[in-house]
Amino acid sequence: MSLFAFFAALFPLNTLGHYIHWHIIQISVANLVVIILMIIVFVAALLLPFPGHRRRNNQ
Amino acid sequence: MSKKKFRPDVDAKEWTGAERPYDIIKEGTIVFIVVAILTVVLAVVFGSPDVPAITIKKWANAAPADFAMDALSQLNGTSETSGYGPPYNDAAPGQQLGPLHLVKWVGVRIPINPVRDFVIDPLKSAPQQPALSSALSAWSAASATKQTTWVANYTKAATNLKVVNGSIVVAAANDGPVPVMMQSLLAMGRSGALDEALGNERGFYSTNYTLPLLFLEDGTYLANQAQNQHLLGPQWGMMNETGNYPGQAWLWLYTFWYQVSPMNSSSNGDIEVWGIMMLLTIGLILVPFIPGVRTIPRKTRIYRIIWREHYRSLSP
Amino acid sequence: MSYNEIERQWTTRLRRRLVKVLPPEKALPDTQPAYVASWIYVFGVTTMCALAVVILSGCVLALRGPQWWHGSPEGHFFNSLHLWSVEIFFFAMVVHLWGKYFMAAWRGGRSLTWVTGAVTFLVSIVAAFTGYLSQTNFDSQWISTQAKDGINATGGGAYFNVLNFGQMLMWHIVLLPIAAVLLTGIHVLLVRKKGVVPPFEDKVKAPA
Repeated sequence: MSLFAFFAALFPLNTLGHYIHWHIIQISVANLVVIILMIIVFVAALLLPFPGHRRRNNQ
Repeated sequence: MSKKKFRPDVDAKEWTGAERPYDIIKEGTIVFIVVAILTVVLAVVFGSPDVPAITIKKWANAAPADFAMDALSQLNGTSETSGYGPPYNDAAPGQQLGPLHLVKWVGVRIPINPVRDFVIDPLKSAPQQPALSSALSAWSAASATKQTTWVANYTKAATNLKVVNGSIVVAAANDGPVPVMMQSLLAMGRSGALDEALGNERGFYSTNYTLPLLFLEDGTYLANQAQNQHLLGPQWGMMNETGNYPGQAWLWLYTFWYQVSPMNSSSNGDIEVWGIMMLLTIGLILVPFIPGVRTIPRKTRIYRIIWREHYRSLSP
Repeated sequence: MSYNEIERQWTTRLRRRLVKVLPPEKALPDTQPAYVASWIYVFGVTTMCALAVVILSGCVLALRGPQWWHGSPEGHFFNSLHLWSVEIFFFAMVVHLWGKYFMAAWRGGRSLTWVTGAVTFLVSIVAAFTGYLSQTNFDSQWISTQAKDGINATGGGAYFNVLNFGQMLMWHIVLLPIAAVLLTGIHVLLVRKKGVVPPFEDKVKAPA
């Protein structure tokens, strides 16, 4: 058995997608998750303290 | 000598303040390892989509009536390719944006004659049987007017076209060799020979799938599969991937314009959307030079969060 | 060979110019300004590292040809790596763009850094598009037959034929990666040359 058979997808996303309809907008749940994640990551990047800040503040 | 006025949205004084140690190679190495591990995890967990290509053979067997109607539309000039215009033919003037008639100025560069390329030449490449040879001889010997009359009569008779046990069934009509040609093309399609004929029509090593793709798209089978996967234009399909996979979210603005008036019903919709997107793209590239747009960062003050430690260190 | 002759050589002149424009301590610095202290700054290097994974996984796919991944679990795994590294690449690039916009990172003579970044974004979109066309599956069939209408309407379709798999594949694996890497390189060298944009000069309130 190929080693890479172990790397076959655990949860392949091959079932038909789910979509959200809002006025004229139609967006897949997958794309919406990606966009929301991007916003969360952006906000987190702004707000989370950067390592070494305590050291700098104590100097 | 007058001093140039400092523009806070354009200018920045050179930093002469504190520096701190920074290991750029170490940072790059750590980030690469993290990204590589994240990629492997996502690949192992979710894999990637691979919906098999639709061959003409599959289409002709799954939807033979649709195949037959597509073939007929190539003969009677009603297919999308037949009436497309440049770059394939002169049947239509092509889209224009105000005075810009770009597609017409470029002209026909990928010449396609649907009757010849989708029907006659593939049939000629098939192993010749007496009925087909006779039909092709009759077709090429006939005048253009005669050919048009045969096709028009067949089209009328094919209003309720059916395919029963692999045979096309239409009402009787004065349609010359057309029924034999249509039946032979369907047989080629169902056997896989048409995939070969259209794929290799322009050479042994052809990697150019223009002919089979246009022929396939002119039917409805391809679009029906796409609709099931939510890939049609009005479904915002440009952003989507097959299955539940994330697609191309970055195309959100491009597909948005296709959903709104007047582009959503305009015969010049494609070039209109391109025009809008080209303007916005140039705008994105030239942000540093656009007053107002380049002022938003200073006005919204999100930078106060990014550089909060710096501003804290400055406070007395 | 006289001293003057050496000074006039193309090699000497090019080397001197390169070192003057980007001295080694700027090309590979060991310090950075104290204000560079936010997680938003990691998204540029994340984008570059994702691009590296895209290229590496693409190279593996190239080893066995464009059809390999359909019938091979190993090939499918590397296709998955290629897809997800592209998703991370665009994810990080857009967050990087948002961050740089809100920092007004074009200030202080850094407009060209912004311009090269924006152009790289667009080249990446075209690279991803030709990648979708190169999959040799249903997705490629649908995307090519739909995209042709938009591109044909500009007149460009006569020369950039999205239905021509061979042409699209070569754009995807040769021309566009070269363009993307070159533009990324220029973009990064500009950042090294000009330095990271300093903060806005705000009036700072005295504590109450």
